[in-house]
Amino acid sequence: MEAYLGIDIGSISTKGVIIDNDNNIIASTYLWTEGNPITAVKKVLKDLENKIDKNIKVVGVGTTGSARKLIGTMLGATSIKNEITAHAIGTLSKYKDVKTILEIGGQDSKIILLDNGIVTDYAMNTLCAAGTGSFLSSQAKRLGIKVEDFGKIALTSKKPTNIAARCTVFAESDLVHKIQMGYNRNDIIAGLCYSVASNYLNNVGKGKKIEGPIIFQGGVSKNIGVKKAFEDLLHEKIIVDENGHLMGAIGSAILAKKTNKKKEFDFKIKDAKLETSGIECKGCPNHCEIIIVKKDNKILDAWGNRCDKGSIKAKTS
Amino acid sequence: MKQLVAFPQLGNYFDPIKKLITNTTHLKVIEMPKITKKTIELGSKYSPDTVCVPFKYNLGNFIEALDLGATVLFQAGGGCRYRYYAEVQETILKDLGYNFTMYQIMEKDHLRFNELYKTMLKLNPYLTKRKLIKEIFNTLLYIYYLDKLDILIRKKIGFEIKKGSLNSIKEEFIEKANKENSSIKLKLLFLKAKRKINKTPINKPKKPLKVGIIGELYTSMEPFSNYELEKLLASFNIEIKRFTNLSYLLWQKGLIEKYMKLKIRKYCKYSLGADGLDNVYRVHWLKKHHYDGIIHIKPTGCTPEIGAMPIIMNIAKDNEMPIIFLSFDEQTGIEGLNTRIEAFYDLLKLKKEETNGSLSRD
Repeated sequence: MEAYLGIDIGSISTKGVIIDNDNNIIASTYLWTEGNPITAVKKVLKDLENKIDKNIKVVGVGTTGSARKLIGTMLGATSIKNEITAHAIGTLSKYKDVKTILEIGGQDSKIILLDNGIVTDYAMNTLCAAGTGSFLSSQAKRLGIKVEDFGKIALTSKKPTNIAARCTVFAESDLVHKIQMGYNRNDIIAGLCYSVASNYLNNVGKGKKIEGPIIFQGGVSKNIGVKKAFEDLLHEKIIVDENGHLMGAIGSAILAKKTNKKKEFDFKIKDAKLETSGIECKGCPNHCEIIIVKKDNKILDAWGNRCDKGSIKAKTS
Repeated sequence: MKQLVAFPQLGNYFDPIKKLITNTTHLKVIEMPKITKKTIELGSKYSPDTVCVPFKYNLGNFIEALDLGATVLFQAGGGCRYRYYAEVQETILKDLGYNFTMYQIMEKDHLRFNELYKTMLKLNPYLTKRKLIKEIFNTLLYIYYLDKLDILIRKKIGFEIKKGSLNSIKEEFIEKANKENSSIKLKLLFLKAKRKINKTPINKPKKPLKVGIIGELYTSMEPFSNYELEKLLASFNIEIKRFTNLSYLLWQKGLIEKYMKLKIRKYCKYSLGADGLDNVYRVHWLKKHHYDGIIHIKPTGCTPEIGAMPIIMNIAKDNEMPIIFLSFDEQTGIEGLNTRIEAFYDLLKLKKEETNGSLSRD
């Protein structure tokens, strides 16, 4: 049987799925990137290989997420696409009439508006990571609780504390202040969930027409506290899919299928020696950082140079 | 002491301005190094943190030039914080211990001939008004031709078969025009380059994606400061329309300002400073000319554009024009830009395929 592999390498977590010709999930996996996308992808591949039957042949690979180019090059992917398109395609495969996708991940958050199955508008957070998953996990650490328990604790609160939402730095000092003033812990945690939701709506969702059906995705969607905050703020029902965290990976697998390029994928690549190195081009004062990807000491690809001077250097070194 | 002149880099315009200065003052102009990461590092190190990013680029340029021995610096000004650049930069550089004279050639919004003449007289006491008028006319012509060529190139560059062939025509034109002092011969050079561009073979589909770039002037004109956005768009086979160029700012803007205001009176009654009003009008223009999308660019903290953005959002929404807003600052990481542009491209492509009815979705 033919199957397609989709991998979504985010800043915090790495997701992999294998789908069949009808977009059904055969196997999936989800683990932390831990700052090392290559090792994470190797683990994903190992995990997926154990989960599928021997007779399944992977004939196409798609990658997405912030390390899509690096991993795509290593795996010889047939489709390397940005997260926005991948998420839209992935979500549409399950919810044909979706109008709004809210997505909050580890480093970025985005909103995708669709009409009739076509992306009509999107926005991504600008340079700052305020109101994303990394903010919540660092605050969880400060409060000494697990991120996984965050949502449950938040739901026990009856009166969420008001916490400044505009900027992470302000939110943090506001939080410390309120802890010292003696607010209840669960109220503060619920307040944090509200601050993430309202920060998102004020920054990313600014000026956008948010209509139902709304689907909430990304790592933060697993936090029921934030989901409830969104429902209260938008007065709409929010759908969180059990596979919401996999939508990017599913989308990239579908995109790989759509390219119609078939190239059999070998899981043995997880045992190959994959290396990356960065060199600084000394051709001019710009000092472009050139990334070189090597597989078993052979150069697969190199990028990062702004002019031709750098490209020659990458090939000969 | 022999004087050495320097002025900030801005896109293509180094050569025409250099020619103007050498012809009128007979002073040597420093061959400015191209903007690199070093320029912006130097600039950000000595700039106030919250200032808009062109200030940092300009300051970096000045420091690089002063290190090469420059003694005379030129800076312009405009209808926003740009007006303060010269004074603040002069103070910062003097505090750093450099010795130089700074001339600001545009203290008000518009270039005034008498002021410019007085400034140039300080550098060359024998300069006549007649000579200055002739040189300014030639320079404006040179810039105008250069901008015209750029407009032609932008229409084709996304589809050129031999990469770099169009830019080499432009470079050849610049090289020859630098030596040419008669306006008639300049025109002949331009016509020759134009013919060459028209003859360059391209592989262009019948209905390509067309995108307009609007926004702040410096980030529009200096490719380093927008991470070579136009090159990136060209690599997606998109036809590009960019409005802001030096000819526009120097004389064309004044001619159509009233007309622009009339056309968008529903949205804006007053000027917004710098190019704010122009950018609102451009959305209207792009819709009328069947463009597929708009990219709005600005440096982080650009006040006139921040004022214009909500109005642009409204006019774009009313006209159903897809638009994205990009903000540029001193960091040089390009990945985020790639993701956003790629997604924008997918959006436009799918939308176009949908209206043309050639999309098969499953």
